[in-house]
Amino acid sequence: MPEPGRIVLGIETSCDETGVGLVRLMPDGSVRLLADAVASSVDQHARFGGVVPEIASRAHLEAMAPTARRALEQAGLELSDVDAVAVTAGPGLAGALMVGVAAAKAYAGALGVPLYGVNHLAGHVAVDTLEHGRLPARCLAMLVSGGHTQLLSVAGIADTITQVGSTIDDAAGEAYDKVARLLELPYPGGPPIDSMAREGDAHAIAFPRGLTGPRDARHDFSFSGLKTAVARWVEQARREEREVPVADVCASFQEAVADVLTAKAVRAAGDLDVDTLVISGGVAANSRLAALAADRCAAAGLTLRVPRPRLCTDNGAMIAALGAHVLASGAEPSPPNIPADPGLPVETVVLR
Amino acid sequence: MLVIALDTSTPAVTAGLVTLEDGGPRSLAERVTVNPRAHGELLTPQLLEVLAEAGYQLGQVGAIVVGSGPGPFTGLRVGMVTAAALGHACATRVYPVCSLDAIAAQTPGDDPLLVATDARRKEVYWAAYGAHRPGGARARLTEPGVERPENVPGRLDGLGVRSAAGEMALRHREVFALDPVEPSYPTPAGLIAATAAELRAGAAPQPLVPLYLRRPDAGTPGPPKPVSAGTDIDRGRT
Ligand SMILES: [Zn+2]
Repeated sequence: MPEPGRIVLGIETSCDETGVGLVRLMPDGSVRLLADAVASSVDQHARFGGVVPEIASRAHLEAMAPTARRALEQAGLELSDVDAVAVTAGPGLAGALMVGVAAAKAYAGALGVPLYGVNHLAGHVAVDTLEHGRLPARCLAMLVSGGHTQLLSVAGIADTITQVGSTIDDAAGEAYDKVARLLELPYPGGPPIDSMAREGDAHAIAFPRGLTGPRDARHDFSFSGLKTAVARWVEQARREEREVPVADVCASFQEAVADVLTAKAVRAAGDLDVDTLVISGGVAANSRLAALAADRCAAAGLTLRVPRPRLCTDNGAMIAALGAHVLASGAEPSPPNIPADPGLPVETVVLR
Repeated sequence: MLVIALDTSTPAVTAGLVTLEDGGPRSLAERVTVNPRAHGELLTPQLLEVLAEAGYQLGQVGAIVVGSGPGPFTGLRVGMVTAAALGHACATRVYPVCSLDAIAAQTPGDDPLLVATDARRKEVYWAAYGAHRPGGARARLTEPGVERPENVPGRLDGLGVRSAAGEMALRHREVFALDPVEPSYPTPAGLIAATAAELRAGAAPQPLVPLYLRRPDAGTPGPPKPVSAGTDIDRGRT
């Protein structure tokens, strides 16, 4: 007898990861992860210190069908088992998104199954249901990565998401990349700074906490000033021919980032009167952010949900998971002529 | 043999269903929309309309042929990835074909010919062609290149080229000093004609790689710029 439920294929190409995921939407509305295949072009971008859109797009084209094949193999499924296709329609890099959207249309068209063009940011939240089950009726989500830093109020993963706050300049992950470059650490900057920070003193240097003054935007973030402060401090030390205490700089910088993120998230959860905080995105794997968030959520009586690192970074499983929730909600499929929308607002969970 | 023809290397979004018989390719149905920003939106919907109009299912198709450029638009990848996904979904072979070859194959006569398409940045993609071969493809006299229009005539020296096809033939008529001929964009029948020999022989397809002809724009970053002007700066508490 075939297993119950419906199979959703998810495709993600908004940045530098080509992701294809497969999930099973169970009759009770729960969603199970079947496969999560990712091909990354991150190494090709390393020498440029950031993602080069044309290189990412070229890599997506090359990786698309092989990654889909790998996901099906992992799941032990055939394409003919797929009941719906979901794809990141935005936000993201235009040329990169276009590759995924075109592929998704071809798969859905060839299989004769519905297509859902969905929001990448909602996918980062939806992925947590693969690990921790159903979300509460209302929760707060904080997305932190190289591309986004925002607080989202989630009252329905398939349809009702509103932005509470976001960065007004750099994303948190971007600040990591820039500080890493300044300290001559590898790209992307998150992992090397995190590991250097473990050997440093987080209170050695008092770096500024952006937008935390009484008259500042309550739920917004700013990391540009922090990045500049780190650069000034390091330049000054070099000018005075002092050895730069890299571990202390990393630890103090990381402390400033984690402090602001967690303080603002916990305060926003209180303002919104929700009892659950979901943290997702590539920076969610940062050890200091995770530890400080755990402490502060516990102190505030909040349930903290963080998907495992593999699911926090961009992948196809998150899009498949979101697609499954949208399918379960009974939403109409996206029309077949949907565009990729690089600036898709977070409020639009499914493209119409 | 039933063959799907796709091309998104020019502003035209092209999808067609072609039958390849002894007499050469014959288009059964096709949809072409000229809009350089609509490749991603329209290609698959157009293909599904074509199949419905011709009364065939994807499963009946024997091969997929896709224009592999050169093309300046990010849309070039739309055709390639659509073909790759269709090939995967239908377990069908996918044959990439140079889009300039497809234009050349569809031109009348056997006189030497220039094909020139828009490469943007004040350049054209171009190649020169000789007579049609059995099957319909024209023999290439040069490899596909990217060049400023004013430099193209010099490249054609001694080839005896008198006419030009492709969308740039008309736009640069004076510069090329060649008679413009149709087509302006790759056609479904032209795409199949340019691949007919391989299709008939059941040859293994070439890898599905676009003809970019240009390297990606990407500068290697220099050393970080200093943020302080060299005067006294705020120093954190240590
Ligand atoms: Zn992301």
